[in-house]
Parts: sequence; C-alpha cells; structure tokens
Amino acid sequence: MTEEYEITETLDVKGLSCPMPIVKTKRAIDPLVTGDVLEVVSTDSGSMSDIKGWAAGTAGVSLLDQSEDEERGEAVYKHYVEKTE
Amino acid sequence: MSTETPTANPNDAALEARIEALEQELAELQAETGTDTKKMTIVATKGTLDMAYPPLILASTAAAFGWDVVVFHTFWGLDILHEKKSKNLKLSAVGNPSMPMPNVLAALPGMDSVATRMMEKQIKDNGTPTIEELLDVSIESGVELQACQMTIELMDYDEDDFYEGVTTGVGAATALNHMADADVQLLI
Repeated sequence: MTEEYEITETLDVKGLSCPMPIVKTKRAIDPLVTGDVLEVVSTDSGSMSDIKGWAAGTAGVSLLDQSEDEERGEAVYKHYVEKTE
Repeated sequence: MSTETPTANPNDAALEARIEALEQELAELQAETGTDTKKMTIVATKGTLDMAYPPLILASTAAAFGWDVVVFHTFWGLDILHEKKSKNLKLSAVGNPSMPMPNVLAALPGMDSVATRMMEKQIKDNGTPTIEELLDVSIESGVELQACQMTIELMDYDEDDFYEGVTTGVGAATALNHMADADVQLLI
C-alpha cells in the first residue's frame, strides 16, 4: 500500500466487537488535531461498513482508506481516518 | 377632523414591541436549526440480557456520531440502569425458538440460568462489551440515561439503586419532549 499520508496514531481494537471499535475510534480521534491520521486496526468484519458509515455521518472526520489483511491466519481490517476540523 | 396627536401612537409602540419579539423568536429559531446535531430518543422497556443490548449499543454508537441521545428506561428497562440488577440480567430459555433446546426442557427450573451462562460465555468469547461497560461508555460519551420515576415507585426501587449519572425524577412528558424534536425515535 502506498501511503500519501503519515499515521499519527494507531488504535488497536482487535478482539473487540460492535459497538466498541466505533466508540474507541471516536475517543481516539477527539484529542487529535486537524490533519492527523488515525489508524484503526480491528478484527471485526463489521468494522469495514461501520467505520465507513460513522465517518460519513460524523462532522470533522474523513475516511482516507480501508484495507483487509491477514495476520497469523486472522483477518485484520485497517482503517485510516483523518481529522479534518 | 384629524385624530393625530403630538404624542406617539400607542399602536406604533405595540407594533414595534411585536416586531422585536418576532425578530428575537426568528433569531432563536435560526440558531436552533443552524446546528445539524441529530437527536435520538430510545425508549427501553425490556430487562432481559438480550434486550438490554440494542438500546445501549445504538445509544453509544450515536454518541460517537456526536448525536444528542436520550434513553428513557421504563418498566423492565429500568433494570438495565439498576446497579445490582443490571449485573444479573437473565436470558429467557422459554419461548425463544433460537434456543438449542425444546420449550418443554427450557421450562424446567434453572434453565434460564443455563441459557444466561451460555450467552455470557459467548459474549465474552466474542469480545462483545458487557452491559456495565456499555453503560459506562454511554454515560462518559454524554448519553442521557433516564429512569422513569413512575416505574421506580411502581417497582419499589430507590433512586440510589441506579448507576451514578442516571437521571431520575423524569416522566413521559420529559421523554415526549425530547422525542418531538428527535430525528430518530425507537421503542425497544
């Protein structure tokens, strides 16, 4: 994956299921400043749709990218959320 | 014949006052509609383990969207906010076709506890938050959890029985007031 942005912080929500990935993402992005990018690492397959929906419906954040990888035989979903205001 | 007097027409003063009042009202309305904060009101009426989840999951998620959220707990929904009872919410084994046991067995004494333990294990294994965790994140993220005063008295509960941060002393009118303005209203 080519990155045109720098990751400011990584949030590990592996093993957590709905609604915790969203709740924790919101909490992690709040203290960041405009332009910062939060990487969210989740094992919840629902997070692909949920983070997208949350970012679309929430002011001040923008979803830059999402990816699906595999780590030790387990699917891992990565989300890159930029704080825009 | 002229009716004009050198003093200001009292009708003018009344008109001016009315215009001023209307302008203020308009400004208030504009200020209100200017914010695009969405509102959600949930009425939580059930106190079983499975039915305690949906209101709290939706409430905490909506708070993550920045919404203004009220969950009005009434009847058995009150148990979700009850500090002792919320840790002991049960799943009913009877009348639940998704249970891996026939109703005739499910009705036996102790089966609700078995079903509840099974569910609690699944919750833990799946990384699903506990009801207590969901209450914590909801309160911390600004969700207003309201406990219906009439039901508190009906169930003979005490206001101190509830988690810190729970609003007591509210009734149907308070819930309706928030609901009338809400973009999303749910009865669970």
